[in-house]
Amino acid sequence: MTALLEIEMLSKHFGGVQAINELSFAVEEGEILGLIGPNGAGKTTLFNLISGVFPCDRGRIRFRGTDIAGATPYRIARHGLARTHQIVQPFESMTVLENCTVGACFGRENLSRAAAGEAAREAAVFVGLEDRLETPAAQLTIAGKKRLELARAVAARSVLLMLDEVLAGLNPTEVEHMIGVIRGIRARGTAILMIEHLMQAIMSLSDRIVVLNSGQKLAEGSPGDVANNAAVIEAYLGDPELARELHGGAAI
Amino acid sequence: MFGIIASIIDGVLVGSVYGLAAMGLTLIWGVMDVVNLTHGSMIVAGMFGLYFLSAALGLNPYVALPPIVVGGFFVGLALYWISVHRMIGRPPLMSLLSTFSVNLVLVGLGTAAWGTGLFNVDVSLPGLSLGRYTFPGTHILAAVLTAIIAALLYVFLYRTRPGKAIRAVSGNRVAAELVGIPTTRVLSMAFGLGVALASVSGGLIAILFPFTLLSGDAYQLKSFVVTVLGGLGNPTGALLGGIALGLVEGLVTPFMPVSWTLVIEFALFVVVLIVRPGGVFTFRRD
Amino acid sequence: MLRRPFFWIIALIIAVFALAPVATGDVELRESLLLAAIYIILASNLNLMLGYAGYVNFGSIVFFGLGGYICVYLLGAPGWPLVAAAVAGGIAVSLLALVFGLGILRLRGAYFALATVGVNAAVQAFVANFTPWGGSSGLYLSSALFAPLGGPMKALWTIYFLIVAIMGLSLYLSYAIKSSKFGLGLLAIGQNEDAAAVLGVPTPLYKALAYSASAFLPAVAGGLYFFKGAFIQPADAFDLTFSLEAIVIVMLGGQGTIIGPAIGAYLYEELRGWLLTSDTFANFQLVAAGALLLVMVQFLPSGLMGWVYARWPRVRHVLE
Repeated sequence: MTALLEIEMLSKHFGGVQAINELSFAVEEGEILGLIGPNGAGKTTLFNLISGVFPCDRGRIRFRGTDIAGATPYRIARHGLARTHQIVQPFESMTVLENCTVGACFGRENLSRAAAGEAAREAAVFVGLEDRLETPAAQLTIAGKKRLELARAVAARSVLLMLDEVLAGLNPTEVEHMIGVIRGIRARGTAILMIEHLMQAIMSLSDRIVVLNSGQKLAEGSPGDVANNAAVIEAYLGDPELARELHGGAAI
Repeated sequence: MFGIIASIIDGVLVGSVYGLAAMGLTLIWGVMDVVNLTHGSMIVAGMFGLYFLSAALGLNPYVALPPIVVGGFFVGLALYWISVHRMIGRPPLMSLLSTFSVNLVLVGLGTAAWGTGLFNVDVSLPGLSLGRYTFPGTHILAAVLTAIIAALLYVFLYRTRPGKAIRAVSGNRVAAELVGIPTTRVLSMAFGLGVALASVSGGLIAILFPFTLLSGDAYQLKSFVVTVLGGLGNPTGALLGGIALGLVEGLVTPFMPVSWTLVIEFALFVVVLIVRPGGVFTFRRD
Repeated sequence: MLRRPFFWIIALIIAVFALAPVATGDVELRESLLLAAIYIILASNLNLMLGYAGYVNFGSIVFFGLGGYICVYLLGAPGWPLVAAAVAGGIAVSLLALVFGLGILRLRGAYFALATVGVNAAVQAFVANFTPWGGSSGLYLSSALFAPLGGPMKALWTIYFLIVAIMGLSLYLSYAIKSSKFGLGLLAIGQNEDAAAVLGVPTPLYKALAYSASAFLPAVAGGLYFFKGAFIQPADAFDLTFSLEAIVIVMLGGQGTIIGPAIGAYLYEELRGWLLTSDTFANFQLVAAGALLLVMVQFLPSGLMGWVYARWPRVRHVLE
């Protein structure tokens, strides 16, 4: 059975820097795959390659069996792949509902504006923005904007949703709420590939984890396996906070 | 045959001045992501400034160039505060319209005050003769002065503190601010510098060719073509691009009516943008 | 759409334009409303690019001028009837715009804006050298052409009503697009083109369609306008002034709104009229336009309607 998303020997360099180096992994249908790694490991670059923002130098990207490497971003969205951005990109002058309607209109299902409006409303409510549907995006708090970024991608009813640090900058209550939302998205059948620095969250959410370091895959496996992997811990020793979190609070 | 070569060489000499003008445009664009649509009028301002200083005050045009540089700098500062400061961080459309609107006002006021007639700055300099062809002394001196100004700019940007501050801000404004660089002051200075470059290039062009108040558009287009050839924010590329444009003009003008020169330059502009948007003279690999 | 109050507001505007000169019999009023209608046509259609998609089209006059040329030419030797000639001009120009648009819309921001100036200059240079169309001296229309319309007096009225109709169509077109999926995509492009693409908006196609759509009605209006004057020459047909004024009008009224260009056109025409009658300022049209644009961009980037919406949010539902 082919995986939902297959990355094969993917490589990308910028100037003299090899950002992604012969990376290979796969995302299965319906799973939550966590992507972790120290800063600068190439995680967001990977998202940009998959969603078509940059072309890759070498390698294959297959989504539901179709080769999407080098395809335009909007074609890739039509295939059923949605993503959020690390730095949120709301349509500032549009309301929350209008933002989500864009996501719903131009996603996989190619809905009419009216039908998309319904899907958008549903997505916004699902994420917890029901009280701010008519608020212009510019007036939302940062937490609200992060929810909007997620709602807009959810509204596209994609088959695979790529989340780029959706939990960053949120307080513990907000984090809990978002974790519930992410679980709900998976429960509806959407697979999730998520980048996250909040170790506890990503460890508890993910079915499997891929660890990236300097553009290469350092480790892959269940959260437990990865957390005890010596190479992974060493990579994070540059950041003792994270290493501690990895090890569940135990001293290294 | 030699006529073509002479035309090309002359084109290269003049083209260097185009490069100088474009350096002003590309500097502002690279530092603060603002497209200065008053660039053309600032070139014309330099032309007229030089004209008045030499005609009204009887100064030798070359002596009048330094005041043009200084004047251009302060006008640039004023323009920054009037039309650009509040646009920093806003969508690029806004700064485009803002500088554009100032340009409308300047051209309108200028033509109302001084009309659209032809002006000329007369300078006679011994030229360089090779066989049947003479290269005008003014053209040679213009190229030499351009080289000097470009060298001074290089020294400023790479060897002085304000210059380094400008480069820091253009690289990463937030980071520069965090390190304590007064970004607003730096941005205004960079804008002033860009306008100073435009003005002095206008002064040099005024010595070479006759001009009207409406000449700004043509030279602004040339600056844009050069900026695109040289890569955005790249002053060296701008100089090389200017020389390249001069080369193209030297090749083309013997064969074509003048009115088509601009159309060809515009076509070149569009083609380069579509084929090599990063610039032809950039040496960075993607 | 018929149930929305704004639909009827547009209808009311059209009615006022159509009936006021008839009721008063005032020909001067008709001429001044004609100019206002032309401004509204140019500004509303420009708004599709500027206000919706966020692309500044400095050279939008090229649609008006080229449409004018095609119509005037077809009326002459080939002897086409007026409406057919004008519509043919509209179709031809919007098809050309689609083809050109696919090319130059690969350019972003300032590059695109400058390219539009270049397109206008290139078309002007071409027409000025194109002898079948009179070259730089232009084309004259014989007054015999007014005969099928009942003579010059009646023809002027017919042309007026046709232009008012096109103005109405322009407003309804803006409205229809804004309410559609296409319009939503355009607005998303205007807000953040890259994010829109990632969400699935087919950006190159939509931009080219908007560019093409923004060409049609101005081209038809150009045909009627130059037929009215019975004369067209490159210097007038491709004079950037009209496009620049249209930009000021859109920013004044409120880019991205539908009523904005209409209000902006009215206010601008009043200002312009006042300037022309005042001795000191007669030559200062573009200076005034520039100063006005500067003030709007610095202090009221969302235009007058933006200010109104900010103070009275409910108005947004009635006056779009």
